[in-house]
Amino acid sequence: MKDSFLYIENVSKSFDDVKALNNVSLTIKKSELFSLLGSSGCGKSTLLRIIAGFEKPDSGKIFLDGEDITDLPAYKRPLNIMFQSYALFPHLNVFNNISFGLKEDHLEKNEIINKTEEIINLLELNGLEKRKVDEISGGQQQRVALARCLVKKPKLLLLDEPLAALDKKLRIQTQFQLVNLQYKLGITFIIVTHDQEEAMSLSDRMAIMQEGNILQIGNPVEIYEKPNNEYIAKFIGTANIISIENNQKKKNFYTSLDLDIEIETSINKISSKCLIRPEKIYITKSTIDKKVSSVNSCKGTVKEVAYLGSYTKYLIESNNFHFYVFQTNNFISENLNIKWDDVVDCSWDKEAIFLL
Amino acid sequence: MISILKNFKFWFVFTPYFWLVAFFFIPLAIIMKISLSVSEWGMPPYKDILTTDEVTGNFIINITSGNYAFIFSDFFYLQSYLNSLSLAFTSTLICLIIGYPIAFYVAKSKPKTRNLLLILLIIPFWTSFLLRVYAWKVLLQGNGILNMILMKFGIITEPLSLLHNHYAVILGVVYTYLPFMILPLYGYLVKFDLRFIDAAHDLGSRNINTFFKVILPLSLPGIIAGCMLVFIPVVGEFVIPELLGGSDKLYFGKIIWNEFFVNRDWPVASALAMSGILFLIIPIVIFQISYSKYNFKNE
Repeated sequence: MKDSFLYIENVSKSFDDVKALNNVSLTIKKSELFSLLGSSGCGKSTLLRIIAGFEKPDSGKIFLDGEDITDLPAYKRPLNIMFQSYALFPHLNVFNNISFGLKEDHLEKNEIINKTEEIINLLELNGLEKRKVDEISGGQQQRVALARCLVKKPKLLLLDEPLAALDKKLRIQTQFQLVNLQYKLGITFIIVTHDQEEAMSLSDRMAIMQEGNILQIGNPVEIYEKPNNEYIAKFIGTANIISIENNQKKKNFYTSLDLDIEIETSINKISSKCLIRPEKIYITKSTIDKKVSSVNSCKGTVKEVAYLGSYTKYLIESNNFHFYVFQTNNFISENLNIKWDDVVDCSWDKEAIFLL
Repeated sequence: MISILKNFKFWFVFTPYFWLVAFFFIPLAIIMKISLSVSEWGMPPYKDILTTDEVTGNFIINITSGNYAFIFSDFFYLQSYLNSLSLAFTSTLICLIIGYPIAFYVAKSKPKTRNLLLILLIIPFWTSFLLRVYAWKVLLQGNGILNMILMKFGIITEPLSLLHNHYAVILGVVYTYLPFMILPLYGYLVKFDLRFIDAAHDLGSRNINTFFKVILPLSLPGIIAGCMLVFIPVVGEFVIPELLGGSDKLYFGKIIWNEFFVNRDWPVASALAMSGILFLIIPIVIFQISYSKYNFKNE
């Protein structure tokens, strides 16, 4: 494990009586874009501050590129952090903000100027060099903060909620820029975020954290399709969780406790709950004469309809149990005629069911 | 016009201005007037600016620049002013050196401790300023506590003369004005975002560099506010040198007092006060104008 790029070994940290990190271990590969995802207070920011060297762990070790950096002070660590608030120095202009770290490394004057100009070109900040940092836009400030870190060519870049301060349109644009930049420079990125969409679209791999523990590590597909538990299933996207009972008579057969149906899956596992993602359920307007089998399908009443352009959200009630169905509006289908209080037939493939 | 005067908002906004005019500008104008008039025996001890000749009945204007010419021609007055400036400079510097770490510590402690420390800072104000200076007199005098303790432990055999010299004055001024340095500095440092320090460390700054390159420049507005609050009143300080000072150095405030009450030369005393204000105001105005260009928002 110690030959991996960043290795966090059994790190714990408490503040007063609150346990912020509980024996956390994590391995991150070189040139990976890794996200730490969790709601506020889950310990993700504490972990980031420990990696950066602002906090000392109570126990545990941190290895970066084979070197034990646990006791190395922040200013000696070959990594940089971009703060959520950017923390740009308001008394310095853009150029001096970016070159600050190079001056602290006591580089030659020419080298400082060359390296700073190079990064200014890369991040398209030309013409802003002489401006004060509070005289430029939020997007530009974000790029200055990024430039100030990248100019030092860190082995590892930590980003604390890098996009939280930007408006939605700029955020999506910047997401792609960030991924491109990471790919181009090959620097390992660790991003802390509470925004699951951001984590999904940016990351190679991600870790879900809750109350100081890492619940699951995996790529976005694994996390979404095969969550470790109900908390993750609900945290990432929308989840329909159905309580089930193991059916001994037939293999892969369960009885639903919420719906008056039977559930057949492709996985065989002793379990009491299963997950069906809303986009994996098909609905059609019910016709009275059509007989619906009671395996992986049910009749329900539409309680809410939300048309969102590319897809439509339905809230369906069946047997006093509520679940969501998302239908893509690929064609002007007859689904668009489904209204409130309509009776619909719902069905799903057995592969769509994931046992928790 | 009458409708304006009946307006509640008008009074609400302009009462402070009326106050300022009635109790600051008008008295200042009166002092300006006295400083330009001719002194004579009598009460008040100066000639009115406009008098009528007893014989001819013509108006006579009695304005003179002689008081100003007199104080500038005598080096004695300039020396006392320079003494006051040097006292103000020294004590402001000492207040800054002592006050900055205290303000930083208070600003960065936990909210509960912070409130307690702030109360401790403000507690001395509950006792009259005059009493506190007198207390120093008692502490420092020949048979005072400090000398008694030193003699008891055999460090000295004869009491030291700690009182009535300009060191005692500096001590008294620093003691009295320290809160005026700490409070504005605290007000500024408490808003200081600690992430600036983290950011500097992250970019490779050691503690000393972080202080001089980031913390100090960012707290400059607080430093300036604190220094102004200490420096300006100390230049005109009269009570502390009077109670703790000796004859080794004469200060400006004392000279004005002497001219006014001892020599009963109101015009010269007023001329001294006016030139003191001008000498102090002009550099400050120039400084403020040039500084406002450099100013930045710290958020």
